[in-house]
Amino acid sequence: MSDLLRLATAGSVDDGKSTLVGRLLYDTKSVLADTLDAVHRASADRGLATPDLSLLVDGLRSEREQGITIDVAYRYFATPKRSFVLADTPGHVQYTRNTVTGASTAQLGVLLVDARKGVIEQTRRHAAVLALLGVPRLVLAVNKIDLVDYDEVTFSRIAKEFTAHATALGYTEDAVVEIPVSALAGDNVVEKSANTPWYSGPTLLEHLENVPVEPDPHDAPFRFPVQYVIRPRTAEHLDYRGYAGLVAAGTVKPGDEIVVLPSGRRSTVTKIDTMDGELTEAAAGQSVTLLLADDIDISRGDLIASAGNAPTVTDDFEATLCWLAEKPLKAGARVLVKHGTRTVQAMVTELRDRFDEQNLSSVDSPPSLELNEIGRVSLRLAEEVPLDDYSFSRRTGSFLVIDVSDGSTLAAGLVGAPLPLLEDGVESCTGGSAAAPDNHALVSPGP
Amino acid sequence: MTLALDTLGRLESEAIHIFREVAGEFDRPVILFSGGKDSTLLLHLAIKAFYPAPVPFPLLHVDTGHNFDEVIEFRDRVVAQHGLRLEVAKVQDWIDDGRLEERPDGTRNPLQTVPLLDSITQHKFDAVFGGGRRDEERARAKERIFSLRTAFGQWDPKRQRPELWNLYNGRHRAGEHVRVFPLSNWTELDVWNYIEREGIELPDIYYSHQRDVFLRDGMWLAEGPWGTAREGETLQRKTVRYRTVGDGSCTGAVESDAADIHAVIAEVAASRLTERGATRADDRLSEAAMEDRKREGYF
Ligand SMILES: Nc1nc2c(ncn2[C@@H]2O[C@H](COP(=O)(O)OP(=O)(O)O)[C@@H](O)[C@H]2O)c(=O)[nH]1
Ligand SMILES: [Mg+2]
Repeated sequence: MSDLLRLATAGSVDDGKSTLVGRLLYDTKSVLADTLDAVHRASADRGLATPDLSLLVDGLRSEREQGITIDVAYRYFATPKRSFVLADTPGHVQYTRNTVTGASTAQLGVLLVDARKGVIEQTRRHAAVLALLGVPRLVLAVNKIDLVDYDEVTFSRIAKEFTAHATALGYTEDAVVEIPVSALAGDNVVEKSANTPWYSGPTLLEHLENVPVEPDPHDAPFRFPVQYVIRPRTAEHLDYRGYAGLVAAGTVKPGDEIVVLPSGRRSTVTKIDTMDGELTEAAAGQSVTLLLADDIDISRGDLIASAGNAPTVTDDFEATLCWLAEKPLKAGARVLVKHGTRTVQAMVTELRDRFDEQNLSSVDSPPSLELNEIGRVSLRLAEEVPLDDYSFSRRTGSFLVIDVSDGSTLAAGLVGAPLPLLEDGVESCTGGSAAAPDNHALVSPGP
Repeated sequence: MTLALDTLGRLESEAIHIFREVAGEFDRPVILFSGGKDSTLLLHLAIKAFYPAPVPFPLLHVDTGHNFDEVIEFRDRVVAQHGLRLEVAKVQDWIDDGRLEERPDGTRNPLQTVPLLDSITQHKFDAVFGGGRRDEERARAKERIFSLRTAFGQWDPKRQRPELWNLYNGRHRAGEHVRVFPLSNWTELDVWNYIEREGIELPDIYYSHQRDVFLRDGMWLAEGPWGTAREGETLQRKTVRYRTVGDGSCTGAVESDAADIHAVIAEVAASRLTERGATRADDRLSEAAMEDRKREGYF
């Protein structure tokens, strides 16, 4: 079983995310005494009778002043079974981009709803974002269950509605779990609750400890974006020429035939080097240095791939963008695209459609993509680039869209990544007449 | 090495990837190096990232003048051993020529920001590696791995770039720079476990030893150029070690018998205090002490 789980929380403001994360940290004894003292003191200063656990995570001054979370916070905690990296992402609509950020590397999404409100617009948006970014599994924490008197019927109704939406997004039923919790009182977060005798499933922590984590597939074709060329030019290593990078997908062994893209030159791997010695094999996620049989021209930005199964090289492609900037995107925009280790000039030639994550339908040829909107576009690049589909690999199918003038990140880009669309625009997603499940939600976890 | 990376292997790979990204995209990177454990770990990872070539960056130490001798001796030895280039920005020089003023409480940690920013400007450094970890403190938990700073070195938590997948955006305008934190995802225990696994040498003061100390604000402070016990405080010999090493005037020792790496790991794993809470007066000033210093351009 994997010893690490990366998860991202999402939910709308005041649903209790910070309290839930604080509760997880508190009940797993991941909070050390001085931090806890500070929270007790700050809570008392605010006139609260019990410690406000959200203060464990809301670290910025304006967050504490306004009682909200502004930016993604990363938390680290561990139980004897697993270590967890948790991205706590804020719920305001204007911070949806943080959900995109947290989701880009998550293996599990924890969505929160307020039991009194059930599944709302923001829940559907966040679930769609998690699905689009390829987060393989979801948990719906039906929070504040204490405020609906631990009512089973309320829980079942919300759970059913959510399952229908998640199924429509391409999740299989065993990839989605709903849990009734009270972050404030602690019910079913770490300890099983006596208040929900009708619930027989796992507590949130039990689920996090036991949920399967899909490993990087070992049989995927090899992908290696070259980061840096190592040339010591010392007496000892006069002719050393190594290509440094992190294996993005698949595995590599000495003797493997490779192709360098976009040039198309071929060679053979002679050695996989690290400071700890040569390796007989390297797999996705490992930082190594490759040495090749032939002295060919390779530099940062090139991709080394398995010769038998290389990605297509193109300067013209279709992609899905999550637009993260205030400034809207219009057709004809000139931008930079950072893919792997290469940054190239690009033009957005067409806005093909905009995704309506409420109805899981799309609007053709929108005039623009606004902040937090998701849509499909056509892109033309100034140079040819080797591209994989996002559904093949989160690492080689993803890219950033960057502003040419101020360098800011404008969008998260996914090569291809068709959006999950219902065949004939159902009015709401509670209908259950979902389109054929789309397996794009089940790609391998990111870095 | 096995194919499935363990936690330390994954953290090491991530840090090496970050070093190589910076080497590939920036003109003048620099590593902040004090000789403390986090910066020693940073340097170790940088050496691994570029092996067998030398580390393609110089080091910078902002020296408060309130150092532990053992740490400075260690710093200079490591620099010589790896044939590295070290720039030292001495807070004392800034005080001597009037660019900085000594604080009434004698603490020099907050005075590091100006020499740091001046050095960045003077040497035109465009990427500055720091050993900050997100588990250290709540404001740090919101820090990016690539953190854009204005020409005044300031951090604006509300205007951070989204950091997606492992694609880092290091673009910046002339005069701006990027702080880079390769240890972002490490916890204190990961650091110690890795130090053990790799056999990394650290200054002796991280392990238990006898020292004359006095109690102030609940912390054991040592005597030094920064001063000694005041009235009502008594100097006494204790068996202590340091969990962090910073400015001597505000870095406290903890009572400890942990004389070697194994004992330190056991102690850290069992500790009920964070390393900063236990030993850093500068973080105790207010609820937002770290955020405020980061906004001003602190590490
Ligand atoms: N009754 C009740 N209140 C809760 C629960 N979880 C959170 N709250 C309260 O809901 C409010 C918002 O919580 P917070 O964690 O800041 O929400 P966030 O905006 O999603 O991070 C606070 O007043 C919490 O104390 C719960 O399970 N039950
Ligand atoms: Mg919150």
